[in-house]
Amino acid sequence: MGYLNPFPYVLYIILFPVNGNKPTLLVTSFLLGLLLDMFTNSGGVHATASLLLAYIRPSLFKFSFGLSYEYQTVKIADKITPERISFLILSIFIHHLVLFLLEFFRLSLIVSVIGRTLLAAIFTFFMCLLIIYLIKPNKR
Amino acid sequence: MQQIIYFIIKNSYKLLFLLLLGIGLTLTIKSHSYHRSEYINSANAVTGGFYQKINDANEYLSLKERNSELAEENARLKQLLFNQADTLLNWNDFDNFNADYIARKAKVIKNSFNVRENYLTINRGTKDSIFTDMGVINDKGIVGMIEKTSKNYATILSVLNTKSRINAKIKNSEHFGSLIWDGKNAGYVQLIDVPRLASLKKGDSIVTGAESEIFPENIPIGKIDKVFIDPKTNYYTINVRLFNDMTALGYVYVIKNKKKDEKKSLETETTKK
Repeated sequence: MGYLNPFPYVLYIILFPVNGNKPTLLVTSFLLGLLLDMFTNSGGVHATASLLLAYIRPSLFKFSFGLSYEYQTVKIADKITPERISFLILSIFIHHLVLFLLEFFRLSLIVSVIGRTLLAAIFTFFMCLLIIYLIKPNKR
Repeated sequence: MQQIIYFIIKNSYKLLFLLLLGIGLTLTIKSHSYHRSEYINSANAVTGGFYQKINDANEYLSLKERNSELAEENARLKQLLFNQADTLLNWNDFDNFNADYIARKAKVIKNSFNVRENYLTINRGTKDSIFTDMGVINDKGIVGMIEKTSKNYATILSVLNTKSRINAKIKNSEHFGSLIWDGKNAGYVQLIDVPRLASLKKGDSIVTGAESEIFPENIPIGKIDKVFIDPKTNYYTINVRLFNDMTALGYVYVIKNKKKDEKKSLETETTKK
């Protein structure tokens, strides 16, 4: 696509099981980012951003779902509630901010970094919602 | 010793994170310096091959357009051929012909125009004697220059890359400047550092300059769209509308300057003393 690109691959990190193996998530999200870098010729930008998101994911869980998130069976794909939306938006925004900061790599361009982050994050967010609805397992 | 091992086991998750973060940041920083990382780019066999496959499929869908483009170019070449009947040039030993520049056909298999540092990939590499710092053009104008090569593929530093700097001038005058890109619009590039003495108006053509070691002189680039005066330096900054549609590139020509090394060594020898 042209100027704006959504990166719905962050869904992998977001939808990874809450009680899943953390080191596995770190390594796989890093490799996923690296794969994207290989195809888009962007160095290690995607890899670093996804790694960071995978690392701070537990803190984001704590922020959005409260301290006892580990004891509940949180499933992001289950139903759209305010907590889940806030978690989704927060993760996408942090990922995109790191991504564009590293891609532009100059503090003097901070305004365009934030502008692009916001636009792309909104785009990715709606794309993610769409994908979640599409892949949601049917209860009946 | 036991303490150290215990520490490593206890903090293995954090250490793993730091290790991966280190790798990621190194790759990022490397990609921002001039020489790009060796493996994480689309000139390697895996990603290059993948893009080739995608491109083969896409190529089939745009056969009609490409055909008409080639036919157009054929017509132009024929016209050239008819107009110089008295040449002794034998088409078969074109490489041996005493020309300064050699052109080789290649195909863009991966295009990019939506980030600040755009690189393209073509399906020719060192096997076809394509090396770093050769110019790349197509029938409409310049495209970029070769950045990195592997055996079968090469990446191009596009003119739509904030790192690219190309010597360019206003057609039919000797006033030149540097062609850069501000990273905003894929249809426009900027020509900076043009002296105020230069007389120019909207619609004038911009072509490559004679100072460039990579491109032959007078390769078309674009048309003047807007002229600004830089208040800090009192030089002109010109917005140039590219002749080329960088979002739709097909076949390109890689230009080799046979006398580049000779010129370069002469210049370094001169400045040494």
